[in-house]
Amino acid sequence: MNTNAQNEPVAETPKKNISVKVLGVGGAGINVMELMLKSGLPGVGFAAVETDAQSAVASSASEKVHLETQFLRGLGTGGDPDRGRALAEEQLPKLKSLCDGADVVFILAGLGGGAGTGISPVLARAAKETGALALGFVTTPFGCEGGSRQRLAQAGLAELKACADGVICLANQKVLTLIDENTSLLDTFRIANNFLAEGVRGVWRLLTHKGLIDIHFADLAALIRDRHAESSFAVAEAMGPTRSREVMDKLLAHPMLDGGHVLADSEAVLLSLIGGPDLTMAEVNRVMEQVNRQCEHGQVIMGAAIDEAFSERLAVTLIAARKNPQRASAETGPAAGAEELDQQLLPCSATARPESRFVPPPPALASDQVQQLLARQSRGSSRQRKNQARSRQTQLPLEIVSKGRFDKSEPTIHKGEDLDVPTYIRRGVALN
Amino acid sequence: MFNASSIIVGLEIGTSKVCAVVGDLAPDGALNIVGLGQSRSRGVRKGEIADAPLAEEDVRHAIVEAEQMADVEIRSVYLGVTGGHLRGFNNRGVHPVVSADREISEEDVQDVIKNAKTINLPAQNHVIHAIRQHFLVDGQDGITNPVGMLGSRIEVDVHVVHGNLNRLQNAIRTVKGLQLEVDDIVFNGLASSLALLTNEQKELGSLVIDIGGGTTDYVVYANGIIKHTGVLAVGGDHVSNDLAYGLKVPLSRAEQLKIEHGAGLLDEPAKGQSITISNELGLPVKTINLEHLRRIMSLRLEEIFRLVSQCIEQADALDYLRAGVFLCGGGAHIPQIAKLAEQVLQMPVSLGKTNSISGLKSALDQPEFATAIGLVKFGSFQQRKRAAKSSLTDGIKSTLGQLFRRI
Repeated sequence: MNTNAQNEPVAETPKKNISVKVLGVGGAGINVMELMLKSGLPGVGFAAVETDAQSAVASSASEKVHLETQFLRGLGTGGDPDRGRALAEEQLPKLKSLCDGADVVFILAGLGGGAGTGISPVLARAAKETGALALGFVTTPFGCEGGSRQRLAQAGLAELKACADGVICLANQKVLTLIDENTSLLDTFRIANNFLAEGVRGVWRLLTHKGLIDIHFADLAALIRDRHAESSFAVAEAMGPTRSREVMDKLLAHPMLDGGHVLADSEAVLLSLIGGPDLTMAEVNRVMEQVNRQCEHGQVIMGAAIDEAFSERLAVTLIAARKNPQRASAETGPAAGAEELDQQLLPCSATARPESRFVPPPPALASDQVQQLLARQSRGSSRQRKNQARSRQTQLPLEIVSKGRFDKSEPTIHKGEDLDVPTYIRRGVALN
Repeated sequence: MFNASSIIVGLEIGTSKVCAVVGDLAPDGALNIVGLGQSRSRGVRKGEIADAPLAEEDVRHAIVEAEQMADVEIRSVYLGVTGGHLRGFNNRGVHPVVSADREISEEDVQDVIKNAKTINLPAQNHVIHAIRQHFLVDGQDGITNPVGMLGSRIEVDVHVVHGNLNRLQNAIRTVKGLQLEVDDIVFNGLASSLALLTNEQKELGSLVIDIGGGTTDYVVYANGIIKHTGVLAVGGDHVSNDLAYGLKVPLSRAEQLKIEHGAGLLDEPAKGQSITISNELGLPVKTINLEHLRRIMSLRLEEIFRLVSQCIEQADALDYLRAGVFLCGGGAHIPQIAKLAEQVLQMPVSLGKTNSISGLKSALDQPEFATAIGLVKFGSFQQRKRAAKSSLTDGIKSTLGQLFRRI
């Protein structure tokens, strides 16, 4: 499913005519969507998908889908993703009709609960089946919400990644570092939601505004697919004659980027600039120079667009896909294991899929089952075995380099590189 | 024998050695080096004191040796400081000329300098140097003395070197523990550049890279002024550590291999050669591939030069270096290092000679003594300034005075 995103029709259609639909799933998703509704995005359709009758009614979205069966007795999914998933599968036609006619579907959800975690993967699949590109914007729970929710969220994230064309994930825990101790619970959630909404708006802008230097959806999808545990995104805006410098300062000071450290660690960065007709090449250049300097090791994709409404202003949207430190230990993590399995199974299941209304969800498996299945797979054709060998290679944990003499002293970090580690090791020069 | 006020001592507490140099400032202004003491340093990592008692002992050894050689009693020293926490940047001060005839007076100049020196720094940071650069009068650059000129606006740039107060205090505390006064603290790189460069080289524009044991300090001079300074907390220790890790030998052995067989470049003859290490009985213990040794070393050194070059390029100072690059510090002993630096920096590189002080014995003209000699030279400048102001009792040790009041 993931692999054919480049061939999707939308990437070729003229940018201006893209029709975008924003779907809020579950309580958290709807909250984020409400935020966006309030500020308004022209030409975007909003819809709420909910299992809980009350919150569905409260939403001001133009379309509402209330998923309900007798089984739930109007109480929602009760935090069980399996119920959410089953419900969504049952009502798939409803979901499909929701996505009908849209080119791009943004799915907003908070993972870790019943509705968001269960429904959003099915919704993503529904969107893809109607020919739209599905892009997930999700949050993972705060650390204090407990380990089980976190696990559910990770499993849901892996599932969503397998179904959607791209997922951008915001770890709520990260938001905690941005707020002071006196912030109320309400405000904390509002800030987290705001971040997500800002990100959606940034991506929407990037897709719909006519670009002088275009970013195609394919670029975006390639950037965020399969890469990450979490992407970081930051939106900054500045105005006035020194806007290019200011916007860069704001961006680097952006809490989600850890003072620019994220850029240094990231594998790929997508950057979109939007300014008024007075945007100069020098300004674009200045911003790009800075970003390039910050992320020496990453690939940078950039786009620039002009919008009349942005005269004298400059807005920068940045999405950074980080190197995934968890990948190294992926074999123990059930979430990552399931994803791996999904990739392995994909080639055969895609061809053998019957013409059916239902697409079975990827099975939820324990990690030992995953290992078993993987082992069985590897006994297949020789080509597959080669594939697996390659994916194993990426999972090898990095050699831990003892710092010898500098073990106890303050590390010398220069642009994210630890200079105490021998140069030849960092450069990967082999001594035989 | 000597008048106490004419004795100037420079003390460098380095990562690999502690070095004290005694200079004698003659009444006619000539500076003579009369003594030198050194000791292996054990309590310092990356230019900063990590083990105070050990460092104190090493400093005592060096001072005693210098005292014996110069036959003087050392009461106060100019202390060299370095470390990864030091930063250098340029700050500009602006002052409007308000007098009716638009003539710039001495007061205007004092005011603009005062403005330039007001810098917003976090409370725990201490300004080590605030060095005046050129004046600008109504935007016209390169004026050294604007008094008497006409203009409506006067600006001046100062180069500020600052560091973390507590970490600077560590070195000062160690020296004070030995009942020695600290006249002033000086950035090591600045001291080295004072020892190496002639006025002509400063005018033409030069880069001094001091590759020490724990840090690499660099200073850029252009048009006679200090344009940029910086510290990279990587030095000879890192080379030894890389070798120890890569060749799987103990650190002391790696140090020895570096000195005996190291080089800046990986040249053809080294390929395929091997070295046999023997133990104290003369029996061979291990064979080491010379090519690996050189490769590990040259990669590290090349990286140091590359990082320095990047930092200077960021400060837009790379194009001013018409006199070239001068190397000093223990790292300058590495064979072919100048050639390697030339390859990386793309400009003429030579080993610095401490030739700007008269009466120096050739035995002292070693690159690793450049910092300590430069400290003495810095002290002699200060001394002359003080003599000119003739108010020694007024506590001109302004920077230090402030520093100690804060304790």
